[in-house]
Parts: sequence; C-alpha cells; structure tokens
Amino acid sequence: MAGSRLQRAAFGVAVTGAYGLILAPVLAVIVISVFSQEIVSFPPQSLSLAWYANAWEKREFARGFATSLQLALVATAIGVPLGTAAALALSRARLGGVRGALNTLLLGPLAVPGVVAGTALYLFYVRAEFWVDDDIKGTFPGLVAAHVLLTIPWTVRLVAASLQGLDRAAEEAAANLGARPFTVFRRITLPMLRPGVVAACLFSFIQSFENLELTLLLVGPGRTTLPVAMLNYLEFRVDPTLAAVATVQIALVGALMLITDRFVSLSRVV
Amino acid sequence: MGTLTLDAISRRYATTVAVERVDLDVAQGEFVALLGPSGCGKTTTLRMVAGFVPPSSGRILIAGRDVTKAPPHGRDTGMVFQSYALFPHMTVGENVAFGLEMRKVARAERDARVREALRLARLEGLADRLPRQLSGGQQQRVALARALVVNPAVFLLDEPLSNLDAKLRAEVRIEIRALQQRLGLTTLFVTHDQEEALTMADRLVVMERGRVRQIGTAEALYERPADAFVAGFIGRCNLLRGTPEAPGRFRTPGGALLPCLPQQAHHGQVLALRPERIAVATAGDGLAARLVAVTYLGAQTEYHLDLAGTRLLAIAPTPAEGDPRRALAPGDAVLALWDPAEARLLPAEPGDLPDDAT
Repeated sequence: MAGSRLQRAAFGVAVTGAYGLILAPVLAVIVISVFSQEIVSFPPQSLSLAWYANAWEKREFARGFATSLQLALVATAIGVPLGTAAALALSRARLGGVRGALNTLLLGPLAVPGVVAGTALYLFYVRAEFWVDDDIKGTFPGLVAAHVLLTIPWTVRLVAASLQGLDRAAEEAAANLGARPFTVFRRITLPMLRPGVVAACLFSFIQSFENLELTLLLVGPGRTTLPVAMLNYLEFRVDPTLAAVATVQIALVGALMLITDRFVSLSRVV
Repeated sequence: MGTLTLDAISRRYATTVAVERVDLDVAQGEFVALLGPSGCGKTTTLRMVAGFVPPSSGRILIAGRDVTKAPPHGRDTGMVFQSYALFPHMTVGENVAFGLEMRKVARAERDARVREALRLARLEGLADRLPRQLSGGQQQRVALARALVVNPAVFLLDEPLSNLDAKLRAEVRIEIRALQQRLGLTTLFVTHDQEEALTMADRLVVMERGRVRQIGTAEALYERPADAFVAGFIGRCNLLRGTPEAPGRFRTPGGALLPCLPQQAHHGQVLALRPERIAVATAGDGLAARLVAVTYLGAQTEYHLDLAGTRLLAIAPTPAEGDPRRALAPGDAVLALWDPAEARLLPAEPGDLPDDAT
C-alpha cells in the first residue's frame, strides 16, 4: 500500500510539474501584461491596464489583428473543405501505389520548417509574378494561398482519423433505403465526420492565426498579420504592450476551444 | 413484396472465388436462410442481392425485374445489418423515417407509417431517443423497423442476431419469424448458426467455399443430405470412411462389415449414420462393439462405441432405472443395431470430414 501511495504521489508531482511547465509561460505573459512598469521586474510597482490601452492606440496591432482574423477565417474556409476532400480520397479512392506518396505530400507542410517553406514560397511568388504579370507577395490572396497550406495537413490528419472510426455499414444502410450517393454523403457521411471537421476548423484557424515563420516574408506594407506586427514592435521596444496583445490572443484561442468543445468533445477527436 | 431469383451468380476476386454459380429462387413470402461456415460466401451473396458487391457473372431478379446492374438505392430491398448500422446522429424516429423520406412520402403519411413501424417493433415512446441511448435489443428492433417501414420487395438479414445474448436471441428469432409471416415478407437470411436457420427458415441453402452444397427444407437436409459436408454440418452425424462392398454392405478400415441402404453402393465412399438412429443393447441382435465412454446428459445419454477400430457415436433417451443399460460402463461389450435404411452412402470432397487434414 505504501508503495502504491508513493507511486501515486510521484505521479501527481510529475503531472503537476508537466502542467506547470506548459502553463507557466502563458501565466507569466498574462501577469506581466498588467504590471505598470516598462522594464519587467518583480514585484510590480503597481498594477494597471495601461499596456492594453497602449496596444489599442498602436494601430498596427488592431490592423494586424483584423488581417490575421480575416486571413485565418478565409484560409480555414478554403483549406478545410479541400483537406476533407483529400482525406476522403486518401481513404476511399482507388489510388494504388500513389496513396503513400499522396499522404506524405499532404502531410508535408507539417514536416518542413516554417522559415524554409516561407522562403520557398517567397521565391516561388517572385517567379510566379513574372508569369501572371501581377503582384502575389504582399497581397491578401498570396497570404491566403500560403495559409491554406498550413491548414491542409491538420485537416487531413483529423478527418482521416474520423473516417477510420466511421461505420461504412451506416452509409450502406442509407443507400439500401434509397439514398443516392450524394445524399448519403450529405445526410450520413458528413454528419458522422462532424467532430473531425469541427476540430480541423479549430486547428486550422489557430495554425493560421498564430503563424509567424511562414508569413514573415510574404506580408506587404500595410498588410501585416498580428504575429508579424508583434515581431516588428519587438525590434524597437521591449515593454509589456506585447504581453497585453498576447493575452488578447490567448483569450481568443481559449474562447474558441471552449466554444468548440461545447459542440464536439475535443478529447474524443484529438 | 416480390420474388427473388439468383441466376448463376458468381463473384470472383483476383486470386479467389467468393461465390461460384449460385442459383436460387425465393418465392413470394418465403423465408430462405443462407447457412454455412464463415468464408463460405453467404454474406457476399447477400451483398450482391443488396447491390453492394457487383456479381462477376450471372443475373439477379427482384420481383421479375433484372437488377443486376442497378445501384443499391434502386433495388427496393430492406436490409438489416449485423452491426445494425443505425445513423448515430439521428433519433430513432428519424432513422425509421429515412427510407420514406428518400421515397418522397408525404409528411403526414410518413409520420403515420413510422408510428406504426415503431409500434410493430415495440418501440413506442422511444422515437426521440438517439441510438446510443438504447439497449442492443432495442437497437436491433430499430434496424428492423427501419428496413420494414418502406415495404421492401425483398427483406435481407445479415446475421442480425449475432450481437444479442443467448436469451434475447431466442426471443427475437420468434419475433422476426412471426413478423415475416404476418407481413408475408420475401426474406433472405444469412447465418452461421444452424439452429437459427432450422427454427426460422422455410428452406435452407447450405454453402461451403463459395458453392451451394444443398437447398432444401430442414427435414430434407437432415434426413437426405446430399453429401458428407451437409450431413456433418446439419446436426450431428457419424461419417465413416471405408469401402462399399456388396450392395448394402460397407467395409470399415478395421474390417467390420456394416449394413447400409443397398441401392446406393456407387453413390459415395462415406457412410453417414445419425447417432440417434443407432440402438445400443446388451443382448439380442446387432454388431459387437466395445463401449469407450458414456456421457449422461439427463434426458439423453451418449454412448461412444468402438466397432472393430471404428469410432461410432450413439445417442439414446436415457433408459429407465433398473434397465441393464443404465449400468453400462466404459470397457463393457455391447451390441449396436440400426435400420440399414438409416445408413447412407454419401459422396465426400476433401475437407468434408472433420478428421480430414485440410
């Protein structure tokens, strides 16, 4: 008994330690954002919301936030249907030998470092601008195309996992009851995949919203995403304004996860 | 409602044959069971009827119409799946209504028919539940109601009882049969459980390795099996290897000469003899045998006999107390007697006998 109690205590310490390690930076950011002094030191001289006001006054953050929000929404809206279709093809279509290659290709963006992918895209955009004789880098469509790339591996992974657990017999039953293939997909397959698709939307949104490395070279003047705006600010100043902005970001993502969890239990799909 | 005809349907895969030229006619309102060990092609046959597996050759007719090339949604079959395959995101009522919705049945009639189907399946009051909130037996009845509410021409059942516990299975067996007879449903039923097939079906189709071995009523299959496989698969049977000698005489490898039905001497090499048709006696006529084991089972007693090196199982009602056979013990000498007409020569293929090494 004593041994098992000791084991349980050790386990508890390990879990607490792990969670502490994960959450400490997040908590630190939130705490620092309300310190009143410019140079972070402990204990704080006093607490204030001045940095939030400062962040609000710096219009590049508000504009960056708006751009990031738009970008993440549009990239998700394009990437999730594409990724879902790709996952369906991967698990259902007769692909023969190319299945493995296709799978690797679709999951590829996860394996390539963001800076590398960003550089590659930048060079590709420069080249492509000659072909189409129009701007791509620094434009919103250019950013969307890049961010769709971020959303696809997540969608393919999450939807493929949902597909694996899907009872094909339910689709057959629907066909047996007179449903045509598209009706089967719309009424049976898609609703059964809903948890995976919702989770894919969430993760795609977060991936796009917080991405820095891939985006860095692709933003243009006056069209900066929030993470890039934050990095730019950091080049000249170090004060808790960034902590305030980050806190807003954390709150947004946290709220999204909570809302999503009310519709589908995230622990079931991730 | 309608008839079902399978005209020499086959299903071949690259290296294997799943179903080989199956012919079958199911009459209006008839209940036919496809019976066989796993991998015998019975489920593939059913799935070809439903349209999920295209036949490699042959034709399928439902109510006289050739549906061989029709998609599943154009066949008018009602299928109950082994896993029930309920739509998890729809309520019981929505599940049952789905087929009517697909047939564009008007709202009022749809509601009335769903209510009636739920009543028939004893699911009143559960219409608003989700499938996962139901017991296994209730889910099974939802699957039945969903398949039946559309009045399919042919009713298809794919091992629908295999996920129920033994007691429930016996009840549902009777329920399905009663419903099928009341509604006059033309039914094709797949099972590996011979008791299920014997108690429910009008006719049985015994399949093995993709081929039909025999089609007939339960009695025909039991009394007049076409070959050693059917004899061994339906009920228990002594299947003895040896050589037919004179008409009506069968020589075992141990040298014993067994009486059998005379006119069949050229029909096969295996002697089939049902255990309950062998009488065991301590005196009188019969072939001398030695008792190897006695198993008392209450109403019945099993006698394992050794007849000149050939093992023979005999089953008889347990003799009354005081009968000398009650005192029989392993090692005793006994006499085994049977009507020669009960011992039939049957053809056998490699693997048909349980002791064949395959």
